[in-house]
Amino acid sequence: MITKRIIPSLDIKNGRVVKGTNFQGLSDVSSPIELAKHYSDCGADELVFYDITASAEGRQLFTDVLREVASQIFIPLTVGGGINTVDDFDRVLKCGADKVSVNSGAIRDPQLIYHAAQKYGSQCVVLSADIKRVDGQFRVFAKGGREDTGMEAIAWIKKGVSLGAGEVVVNSIDTDGVKKGFDIEMLQAVCDAVNVPVIASGGAGSVQHFTDLFGAIPTIDAALAASVFHFGQIAIPDLKQELKKNNIIVRL
Amino acid sequence: MIAVVDYGVGNLFSLCCSLEKIGADTCVTSDPAEIRSAEKIILPGVGAFADAAKKLRDSGLDKVILEQAAAGKEIMGICLGMQLLFEKSYEFGEHTGLGLLKGSVIPMDGTIPTELKIPHIGWNALHFTKESKLLKYIKAGDCVYFVHSFYVDPGAESVVATAEYGKFVTAAVQCGNVMGCQFHPEKSGEVGLNILRAFCEKEETL
Repeated sequence: MITKRIIPSLDIKNGRVVKGTNFQGLSDVSSPIELAKHYSDCGADELVFYDITASAEGRQLFTDVLREVASQIFIPLTVGGGINTVDDFDRVLKCGADKVSVNSGAIRDPQLIYHAAQKYGSQCVVLSADIKRVDGQFRVFAKGGREDTGMEAIAWIKKGVSLGAGEVVVNSIDTDGVKKGFDIEMLQAVCDAVNVPVIASGGAGSVQHFTDLFGAIPTIDAALAASVFHFGQIAIPDLKQELKKNNIIVRL
Repeated sequence: MIAVVDYGVGNLFSLCCSLEKIGADTCVTSDPAEIRSAEKIILPGVGAFADAAKKLRDSGLDKVILEQAAAGKEIMGICLGMQLLFEKSYEFGEHTGLGLLKGSVIPMDGTIPTELKIPHIGWNALHFTKESKLLKYIKAGDCVYFVHSFYVDPGAESVVATAEYGKFVTAAVQCGNVMGCQFHPEKSGEVGLNILRAFCEKEETL
């Protein structure tokens, strides 16, 4: 049986890991290479690296870090942040990424999903969406959650999948950083709408939140979190043991 | 020396890093002479079967692989590289493979329960069905990382391990000196490295 995946995500700025709360107030946590090794050793099923630098120097540092991580860690690596063109896919795939996640770049040009899927295969293209409730509607936000695009989220995700996205990361802005649990309602709506793997993000604060998520939505494939792992509030081996106790199939 | 056949499909960065990690002496090559002089051959591959099979033929490397397999050299196919070892694939039409192993590659669509997502992406546990050198350093139940939408018909006699995804799908194969795995050993943590270790280790001299 396929296992439910636990995915730590690392926000990288100028070659270092940072994590914000509600996308603001970033604080330096640790070295990406050390953190990646640690996670791989303790059973993380995949790692996500978001490049949140804006400068060319930061981008170069990011690809250097990525190459070093990829040469030492043998689990799937997903890269996001600053992916606007097929050339950006090329740049990070050459440094050892296995999948590339698109967000604002795909909102600006949805054909990016199509062209990347044609060139590298759907399994390589992850659509990441930052979603927030506005006027009773799930709304897609761009630019790291700062800009309301006016697009309804479920329709956008369906469109992304039809263009070739092979996985979807749903990040609920409403629950992100609050640590009161994943956004079950939003995630269920996405799982009901598409037939590709869906990864839950935003809101993890305790082990219970993960068991609640997988218990409530059997079709969800993975859970992604950052600060609860980085600050040691949840150790991945303990989390997986607890999931197993709750009859959720995980890789131990 | 392990020759990783470079015929223009896929990214070999991770595979080469993992071979380096286990201390295997590796060269990435499309040179027939280098492939002939290697102790073992790895045939990687991602993407579409028809395109990869054509590239292999156009480069003439198909003949080198067939000749080396016939000479008894150990060959390991990975992911699409493993599928290419078989007679044919029904991925978007009907396409001919190398035919080193008997059997065909079939779509998941229509052959697994409809509620399951395609591609089969993620970590899945291995069930052993036969002995194989590839499985020497791992145990049944160990998880490996899969990403695929087509699979070798599990009725093939070379199947040595399967994974359950609505049904038992082919995970690893071996028939004599020709073997392979559907999953990505270079992305399967320590278990994956142990599979590569088992393939790469030198034969014990009698």
